[in-house]
Amino acid sequence: MPPAAAPTKTLVKRRPTRPHHRRSALTAWAFLAPLVLYLALFYVYPLYRNVELSLRDYTVRSFVQNDAPFAGLQNYGEVFQDATFGPALRNTLIFTLCSIVAQYIIGLALAVFFNRNFRLSATLRALFLVPWLLPLIVSASTWSWMLNSESGVVNYLLRAVGGDNVNWLTSPEWSLTAVVIANIWIGIPFNLVILYSGLQNIPAELYEAAALDGAGLWQSFRRVTFPLLRPVTAITLLLGFVYTLKVFDLIWIMTKGGPGSSSTTLATWSYQLGFGSMLPHFGPGAAVGNLLIVIALAFGLLHIHTQRRQEA
Amino acid sequence: MSTPRTARAVTGTVLAVTLLTPLAACSDGASGNASSAKAGTYSFWDPYPQFDASSPWGKRVTACGAQADVKIKRTPMDTTDLANKALLAGQQDNLPDVMLVDNPAVSTLAEAGILAKAADAGLKTTGIQKNILDAGTVDDEPYGVPIGANTLALYYNTDVLKKAKVDPAAVTDWKSLTAALAEVEAAGSKGITFSATKSEEGSFQFLPWFWGAGAELTDIDSPAAVSALTLWKDWLDEGYAPNSVISNTQTTSWQEFATGDFAFAENGTWQLANAEKAGFEYGVISIPAVESGPAPVPTGGEFVTVPVQSDTGRYRTTTKIVNCLINGKNLLATDTTLSYIAPTARVQDQQVRENAGLQAWVDAVAAARGRTSGGMNTDYPVVSEQMWTAVQAALSGAQSPKAALEAAQQAARSKTGN
Repeated sequence: MPPAAAPTKTLVKRRPTRPHHRRSALTAWAFLAPLVLYLALFYVYPLYRNVELSLRDYTVRSFVQNDAPFAGLQNYGEVFQDATFGPALRNTLIFTLCSIVAQYIIGLALAVFFNRNFRLSATLRALFLVPWLLPLIVSASTWSWMLNSESGVVNYLLRAVGGDNVNWLTSPEWSLTAVVIANIWIGIPFNLVILYSGLQNIPAELYEAAALDGAGLWQSFRRVTFPLLRPVTAITLLLGFVYTLKVFDLIWIMTKGGPGSSSTTLATWSYQLGFGSMLPHFGPGAAVGNLLIVIALAFGLLHIHTQRRQEA
Repeated sequence: MSTPRTARAVTGTVLAVTLLTPLAACSDGASGNASSAKAGTYSFWDPYPQFDASSPWGKRVTACGAQADVKIKRTPMDTTDLANKALLAGQQDNLPDVMLVDNPAVSTLAEAGILAKAADAGLKTTGIQKNILDAGTVDDEPYGVPIGANTLALYYNTDVLKKAKVDPAAVTDWKSLTAALAEVEAAGSKGITFSATKSEEGSFQFLPWFWGAGAELTDIDSPAAVSALTLWKDWLDEGYAPNSVISNTQTTSWQEFATGDFAFAENGTWQLANAEKAGFEYGVISIPAVESGPAPVPTGGEFVTVPVQSDTGRYRTTTKIVNCLINGKNLLATDTTLSYIAPTARVQDQQVRENAGLQAWVDAVAAARGRTSGGMNTDYPVVSEQMWTAVQAALSGAQSPKAALEAAQQAARSKTGN
């Protein structure tokens, strides 16, 4: 090949592609624009505002006039030193972990149960979805009536079998348990649906093979079902974690995080700070909200990391 | 090759534009800047979502707009929501023209600089009972006019008291009240229900006992304050009050009373209409102070306020609308609709003439104190939050009344800087 020909050739080749390139880049941006705009408007800007809120020292006056002085990490320091921080963090972890573990176990048990496709199983499965379909305000109010110390049906049953009244919503020992129970009930359908569809994807031949090899019910669950469900399990637990971490309405409706701070989580505390009293503390409220985002993000990254390792 | 690409690019852009246009249109309509909206439309916020446009209250607001030759756009919302939205609207400079605000929020909103002084907005406050006006007064300047007042008293169930042979007239101090509760309990009924929930309602309900013991909001761990909280705690321990009071709102507490099992309920003027419907005979007595006589009760009820407008020309019409709502003739109808006591002696007389049962409430309102009065102003929300936290901690058994109030006082002091 003559050496002079090469540049000419590339030149010839490049020339028509340039406008082409520009045009296709434009096209690409045109397609991206709605999404980028949407992300910027509804994700980036609110997030930026929340970070900004948490870094300024807001009073009602400076909030209205938008001239709050920059305060650095002062709001975060205030939050960490607050007497509510310890209990709120502890409650958030207990609430989240107990909820997702119980939801997962019960959801998996029900999914395995319904996977056997007996008569009426579809109807029953549909009925199990009810907690998911009800508006949260309805289910949370119903739970708080059921758990009422005086007139609640749960205490009525306890007394009927000779037990003692339990102050579910009004004693510091029980209030967190009460909201965890209600939240487990609400989360079961989600786990059931996802795990059930995961089970449907496990080929029946594997069970046949396991049965031929002499595996019993428990062994085929432990050695076939459970390992093959692992990816579905991982995503169910992660989504469950993120959802549960930020549960607010259920707790607020049932106990308002009380009595005292015995069922306060970071989510309810953030709301309490920002909107719960007549004198809003926007700065610390935003700081607590950001902490929640960081925790959720950390677990999200952990999930991506482990998934990558599994794939590699 | 290039034609379809260009076409695609164009389609993409068109798609983007068409997708975003309705969004922009939506946000235009939603944020509809109140002050720059058509001059003939005046926006009006109130915390009465229970009254729709066809209710007597809704009709009155519309009529007052018509009288001032303008159209009123009324937006009712929940009371805490209203205060928060007002702050946001203040930040974005689209405050409504008229806003009805719960009285303890007035000083906070005034501090935020979004309320006009009554004098500047052309509102007259002559003839209004001082203690009611004080609830919305900062540094001797009222920020609005009270539309009416309500407060707390003890409702009693006549049948339950009869069964226990308790004379309600003999309940004049804490001792006689606790004795009455014991007798009711012994007769197989339930004692008293109130609301000690984790919100302003909890503090509102605790204040009559707190003030009745002689305690002051500047010193919430005084021995008097501890004695008030101990009174409540003892009632729970003895079973005179149900444990559910810790989570009761005033509405759920009323529902407990409406079952007919309870002898007493601490509740407000606004339940009068429900009391008539309860299906049993009831009466009302003042909340007793520790030694004798009625305890000071907190003033409840809203203020009609005029938020600051950049276009000061609007105030003239706004004043007309407000004066229409609170002039002597309309005030009677308005307060009857809201189940409130009027803030002026003249209209109170008319109310009592129409319904003699209101006398007890008129007396209670006359003895009521503003929560933000006495220089508390914006310190009140801070102290109140600590107070309801302490009440919750003590009643649920997490802390003793003394320890709970000491912690509350310490927190309040560090947060208010006093």
